[in-house]
Amino acid sequence: MNDNHFCPHTPEEIREMLTVIGVGNVEDLFALIPEELRTKTFNLPPGMSEFETFARMQAIAWENTQGVIPFIGGGYHDHLIPSVVAHLAGRSEFYTAYTPYQPECSQGTLQALFEYQTAICRLTGLDVSNASLYDGSTACAEAAMMALRITGRRKIVVDGCVNPFSRQVLKTYLHNLDVEVIEIPPLDGLLNRTGLAGALDDSVAAVLVQNPNFFGTVDDFSTLADQLHDKGALLITSVYPISLALLKTPAEMGADIAVGDGQSLGNPLSFGGPSFGFIAARKTFIRNMPGRIVGETADKQGRRGYVLTLQAREQHIKRHKATSNICSNQGLCAVRGLIFLSSLGKTGLMKLARLNLDKAEYAKARLAEIPGVSVLQSAPTFNEFTVSLPKPAREVVASLLEKGIAAGVPLSEYYCDSEQLMVVTVTEKRSRKEIDLLVRALEVVLCN
Amino acid sequence: MQLIYEKSVSGRQGIGLPASDVPAATLLPKALLRKEAAELPELSELDLVRHFTNLSRRNFSVDTNFYPLGSCTMKYNAKVLEDAAALFEPFHPMIALLPGGEEFCQGTLGMLYDLGQLLADITGMDEVSTQPLAGAQGEMTGIMLIAAYHRARGNRKKYVVVPDSSHGTNPASAAMAGYEIITIPTAPYGDMDLQLFRQAMNNEVAAVMMTCPNTLGLFNPHIREISDIVHSYDALMYYDGANLNAIMGKVRPGDIGFDVVHVNLHKTFGTPHGGGGPGAGPVGVRQALSPYLPVPRIRMDDGGKLLLETESGLSIGRTASFFGNFGVLARAYAYIVMLGREGLIQVSEQAVLNANYIKERLRGYYDLPYDLPCMHECVFSASRQLSHGIRAIDIAKYLIDHDFHPPTVYFPLIVKEAIMIEPTETESKSTMDAFIEAMIKAAELAGSNPQALHNAPLTMPISRLDETKAAREQKVCYEGEG
Repeated sequence: MNDNHFCPHTPEEIREMLTVIGVGNVEDLFALIPEELRTKTFNLPPGMSEFETFARMQAIAWENTQGVIPFIGGGYHDHLIPSVVAHLAGRSEFYTAYTPYQPECSQGTLQALFEYQTAICRLTGLDVSNASLYDGSTACAEAAMMALRITGRRKIVVDGCVNPFSRQVLKTYLHNLDVEVIEIPPLDGLLNRTGLAGALDDSVAAVLVQNPNFFGTVDDFSTLADQLHDKGALLITSVYPISLALLKTPAEMGADIAVGDGQSLGNPLSFGGPSFGFIAARKTFIRNMPGRIVGETADKQGRRGYVLTLQAREQHIKRHKATSNICSNQGLCAVRGLIFLSSLGKTGLMKLARLNLDKAEYAKARLAEIPGVSVLQSAPTFNEFTVSLPKPAREVVASLLEKGIAAGVPLSEYYCDSEQLMVVTVTEKRSRKEIDLLVRALEVVLCN
Repeated sequence: MQLIYEKSVSGRQGIGLPASDVPAATLLPKALLRKEAAELPELSELDLVRHFTNLSRRNFSVDTNFYPLGSCTMKYNAKVLEDAAALFEPFHPMIALLPGGEEFCQGTLGMLYDLGQLLADITGMDEVSTQPLAGAQGEMTGIMLIAAYHRARGNRKKYVVVPDSSHGTNPASAAMAGYEIITIPTAPYGDMDLQLFRQAMNNEVAAVMMTCPNTLGLFNPHIREISDIVHSYDALMYYDGANLNAIMGKVRPGDIGFDVVHVNLHKTFGTPHGGGGPGAGPVGVRQALSPYLPVPRIRMDDGGKLLLETESGLSIGRTASFFGNFGVLARAYAYIVMLGREGLIQVSEQAVLNANYIKERLRGYYDLPYDLPCMHECVFSASRQLSHGIRAIDIAKYLIDHDFHPPTVYFPLIVKEAIMIEPTETESKSTMDAFIEAMIKAAELAGSNPQALHNAPLTMPISRLDETKAAREQKVCYEGEG
């Protein structure tokens, strides 16, 4: 067992230090804490060596079922991660640094984040990005609050096709703020545009939509953007970064703010985190952005360098008037995102997106051949789509899970009248063999 | 150093992808596609590796430099924690949320449950949620729990009280949960002014947020009295766990009157900070507040099986997509079981020993605005040096030239020219002695050769940067070629 616990002093050194301080023993340093405030119970188990610790963690990992084939998303996607991502982000000069408050000795982190911000701007087509938020769901909430600040209005309209977890987080964030949140129930896996038109008035700060949405449907919100701008409201789109290699960008649709989860960009599934949230916006809104922003500047010799900028928006300066309370973000995960995007490059990311589309279309066609199974959408999809089953989706998913296949996400948990519906996700990592296995297994389950 | 975009060569390929094993699909209608490809960098794998390796060399970090950044607890991050976290990378979080899916995730759900229990024991709380993704989100979650508690009791509350020495996240988090802020000044004895505090308390106060020890590194001996006053107004005590590294095994927030606690795993529990994150900010509560904790909640049934409770009428709802920053939580769990009871006590003892040692060694050279025995960090002021035109920032930059990451400067805001030093328990006496010598030399230079301090740093790839220019020009995205 490791009995110094990374505390390096020898007994002699401790004695020397105590002499300098002028106390007899370490316990004297706590003398100012009154006896009645002292801990009475502290029941942790004894420590162990790093070898035993690792073995224990390994045992925990083995208690999870290994090798389940995931045809599921829910906001997290099983994508390839090039080896360079972990090796470069695993440089401990990156991961054992703090937020870059001292720019001269933090140019590595600062330049990487500036490059990350640039990558997010180029993916979304928007002008400015911050240095990351916590995750895709909290990014939706932060974007909504940003829209409230910009417009001075108190109402947010949310498309029911947005990821239900993001909608739930948004509601949690806005619950105490005297803000009205209106949700528009979906219509056949699409934004109900008539329903939305009824909710739009001059008090709406922003509408939040998602592309591709939770059902997998790809949409174009350009007309909606125009409608909203006529009413002085903003369009927030939540996007899936891998799909942006192909799909119309938030900027091309006229969106004012784009958000999303960066897990798909080089961050492992890791049972739900850490990943990162991104947020990008039009330049005029930069002072209302939440979180850290890295900006370019120069030193006295005119050498280019990078600093945390526009800090007057932030909690450590503005306190309760800050644009957000965020302090630590997900910087290292954002750097992983940058390394991922840079390792694939302009054409690599497009190829990756094409692979997703091709595999999903193959799976879609194969699944639709099963008697009683039909695809919900007539509209295009990217790497997720919704199928209607002849049996309750919950039962089907549960029995396929027993066979080691996570066949899809049943929608009945999240939408009414959707007992038979299931969203299927097919990333580039799913082989034709695995897709065929899913099809055969589903056939068997449906026959029984 | 060139930006990665400036190194890009059109047509150059990085990582190769697998060939497709399915037929090519028809592309979506043009109206749904982007007009031009995103201009991402195109580099060979080797050039990419050199770029990021060389970037990393432009950072100070715990693994390369002493990093006594006060309030940030930059201790050594054990390598085995990285290996442990990697074990969980393949697990998709959505599996746990499928019908019957908990059965497939007993290991990961069990670890989260156990971590909650360990943190509850360390902080003296009844139940812990590991969902919040960072300390500030833990604060916001905690204050939302307090709001839900008051709402359920029919209490009409409007304010959250914070001392003026608090972290900026405290008032910012309370504001995000819908409260107005009352700020209490610090008394000359270094704690929230008790008299002013008593005057400020009223029936509309929902909570008082305290950091203990506070950001001056001082333990408030009146904390019990404060919590009694707070509770007499049916208000609650919130514990900002940023400084928990000072008191593990010595004091438990729950035993001294706190009702809600958040802990920063990337500070106290040895998980790396990643140059800005990810962190994790689990929040613990007393029984009376547990019905309001975020969902999904992890429950253990009578047979020891772990289950997820996704719906709960009283819960404040979800605060994050899944179950928190699991990779960070796994590292913290490994840290706690590795160090164990005695290890964590030793951590706090030696963190306090180190801070007091530095404080004593430097007391002749810098002003100590609150000269009391400190806990895990000590706060000096460069006000003495100011008479030579030297500010805290000049001393900070001088330290960079001597391979030390500077302490936190200009925080807490209530100390003029603040220099806040937190060595942590993992630093050796030899390292601290070298740092002390550099600090003493800086104090001497302030009198003898102030220009030398004004010019620092000279050994970095860049010297001091023009922050006004950055804020004015707002260049936050590379707009060159591409």
